[in-house]
Amino acid sequence: MTLLRIDKLDMNVHGLPILREVRLAVAAGQIVGVIGESGSGKSMTALSVMQLLPRGAHCTGRITLAGQEVLTLSEPALCRVRGRDAGMVFQEPMTALNPLQTIGAQVAETILVHERVTRAEAMERAADALTRAELPPGRFPMSRYPHELSGGQRQRVVIAMAIALRPKLLIADEPTTALDVITQAEILDLLKRLVREEGMGLMLISHDLAVVADMADEIVIMRDGEVVESGATGWLLDNMRHPYSRALLAASSHQPERPVEALSDVLLDVRGVVRDYAIRRKGWWGGDGAFRAVNDVSFQLRKGESLGLVGESGCGKSTLTRAILGLESVQGGEIRAFGHSVGRGFPNALRAGIQVVFQDPYGSFNPRWKVARLVAEPFHLMAARPDDWRDRVARVLTDVGMEPDAMDRYIHEFSGGQRQRIAIARALILRPEILILDEAVSALDVSIRAQILDLLARLQGEYGLSYLFISHDLSVVQSITDRVLVMQAGEIVEQGETAQVFDAPQHDYTRKLIAAAPRLATEAERKA
Amino acid sequence: MSARDAILAAARGRSLLVGALLTLVFTGAALVSLAWTPYDITALDIANKMTLPAPAHPLGTDHFGRDILSMIMVGARTSIAVALVAVGIGMGLGVPLGLAAAAHKGSLLDEVIMRGNDLVFAFPALLIAIMITAVFGASAVNAIIAIGIFNIPVFARLTRSGALSLWTRDYVLAARVAGKGAARISVEHILPNVTNLLIVQGTIQFSLGILAEAGLSYVGLGAQPPTPSWGRMLADSQTMISLAPHMTIFPGMAILLTVLGLNLTGDGLRDLLDPQLRRAGR
Repeated sequence: MTLLRIDKLDMNVHGLPILREVRLAVAAGQIVGVIGESGSGKSMTALSVMQLLPRGAHCTGRITLAGQEVLTLSEPALCRVRGRDAGMVFQEPMTALNPLQTIGAQVAETILVHERVTRAEAMERAADALTRAELPPGRFPMSRYPHELSGGQRQRVVIAMAIALRPKLLIADEPTTALDVITQAEILDLLKRLVREEGMGLMLISHDLAVVADMADEIVIMRDGEVVESGATGWLLDNMRHPYSRALLAASSHQPERPVEALSDVLLDVRGVVRDYAIRRKGWWGGDGAFRAVNDVSFQLRKGESLGLVGESGCGKSTLTRAILGLESVQGGEIRAFGHSVGRGFPNALRAGIQVVFQDPYGSFNPRWKVARLVAEPFHLMAARPDDWRDRVARVLTDVGMEPDAMDRYIHEFSGGQRQRIAIARALILRPEILILDEAVSALDVSIRAQILDLLARLQGEYGLSYLFISHDLSVVQSITDRVLVMQAGEIVEQGETAQVFDAPQHDYTRKLIAAAPRLATEAERKA
Repeated sequence: MSARDAILAAARGRSLLVGALLTLVFTGAALVSLAWTPYDITALDIANKMTLPAPAHPLGTDHFGRDILSMIMVGARTSIAVALVAVGIGMGLGVPLGLAAAAHKGSLLDEVIMRGNDLVFAFPALLIAIMITAVFGASAVNAIIAIGIFNIPVFARLTRSGALSLWTRDYVLAARVAGKGAARISVEHILPNVTNLLIVQGTIQFSLGILAEAGLSYVGLGAQPPTPSWGRMLADSQTMISLAPHMTIFPGMAILLTVLGLNLTGDGLRDLLDPQLRRAGR
């Protein structure tokens, strides 16, 4: 039975076309994955179903949800549909919950809005919803506040709110993008189970083809507000016709070609590093506590090597990065780079040899500076800015695939991928030997990510770089590193050749990580 | 764009327009008064005292026969000069203090600066201003200093809170990787990105400064005769309010309209700059 049918949906905001002739259908008990890169209109399609569009949006076409024509409903009628017939789960569990209300009250709220029941009754049903979302009130009392829960638990509360009234359709918009790999696998399992047990339809929106391919019965691929291709998952993956879908599939399992270099001298030697943070005293009498963010970490980075560092958020990856860059002091052990100890007295000339690219292409540039000045900033490490600095900026911009005339523009004129190229240019301007890539491709769309990975592989040969590649994304680490370190709660639990670690993980945690990572089956595996 | 959006946008735009217009009129009057006023403000003309507005004296004359329009024009100069310098003192000292506190967050320096701010905040501003002028003598300069001191913590706090959110940005981290120190980063990266906040707060403090100057002059602790001042014009005329209400009304209107103009400008600038700040800061 078709639960949701979207037919020839056109949508514009203030006359600017956003969606064109979108068609898709979700049946009861079916999971439909909607895939697309940022700006493809996948979220807007979901919001159209709920009619939660931005001001000035105008829809034409047909949206039929459980027998009702959504586009003809009045606002009060829509309020009855939202939450009761269709529930929605958003990406960011941090902002989807009210920090001042207990989780029980928030789930009960959804019920109270739609049905005339007493508060006690609503709380009882909220408890039921939370249990279904695998947060049984026995273990997680409903009097808890959102800040007392982890990200994954919060996302379960959001799911409980969405399914409290047993809606026929659940829309999940990037429900796991903000979560760690292992948590992501758990939440996806939960969603799959709910669909099976309660016969709901699920519209799963994601940028990650691997996540959707694992879950969905049908896939809809969107681009620039249009449906490019759609079909049953297994069939579609084997029979993609549209060039864009094929490019998307290729980019998702992209393997950049990398130069193979013989390993030689050790450039960076990290020995038994410990980093403690002071934390607030516990109670009136307690002494100052300390949180050990990095505990006895040792590894070496050799010339020309790509070393991966994998771990979930909060495992100490970023702290370690800052310590290597000399931005934080260490409480134990030593970091040596190019034969000198990093820290006070580390000469600027050597500091120039270690540069970094950050994750967020939008937050890593001063918006009031022009690109030339941004890229030239590391020249501060030299005694004087060379006279030919503008030529050097132009050259490095060309090297990263940008036009040199980008120099005289401001950063907001560039897209995320272009900004990341500029960030790489800034890191390379001093011709460093070590480049630390701190989640450098995590915020990018898959096709852009593939381009940047190719760029990094090419630059490694041209500049003779050693990479320390920090990421939570296992597939990316697998494709670009020679060796890999796995970090958990401040400690390195496993290290070795990348292929070896991925094929035969030794540590339990590594095994869990690899098992949880969504992976696109290869063609051969699908056939089998 | 729906009708509602259009009305909101127009209303927002208008507040800035009206505010800027009022501010311009009074700044203009102050500037013109440097070169020319309709009458000499020190010339007494007892024969024509307390005349109502007429072509010869558009806003009438006071109890000594002085031209009220001329006095308001020169008074604007006093008000604007006092408020401007006071804001200058507040920004000049408050902004560096705020930047320093943010750059060394949690350090002793931060603690000293912020607790010092709390101390100044804890005193009723106008009372302290009265005390300062009472001890050091009533004059425009002392009024400026008194008002200026109370602007310091306002700007220090605003700068610190704005700067703290910027210090977590990756571009600051990138600057640190480039070996730049806290002072340099504060000047190159933090300050340009808090200017919008400062401009908006500046216009609001400016209008508060004008009010404070009028208040101090009213009780005789601001600019001294013969320098005209709106506050003192009010004080001088209040006993004659039933005989010649225009003597009170016009300086009162001048204060009201200037403060209104500056507040509207501040609000308008906030609306204009805030979304850009959000977009550009990301």
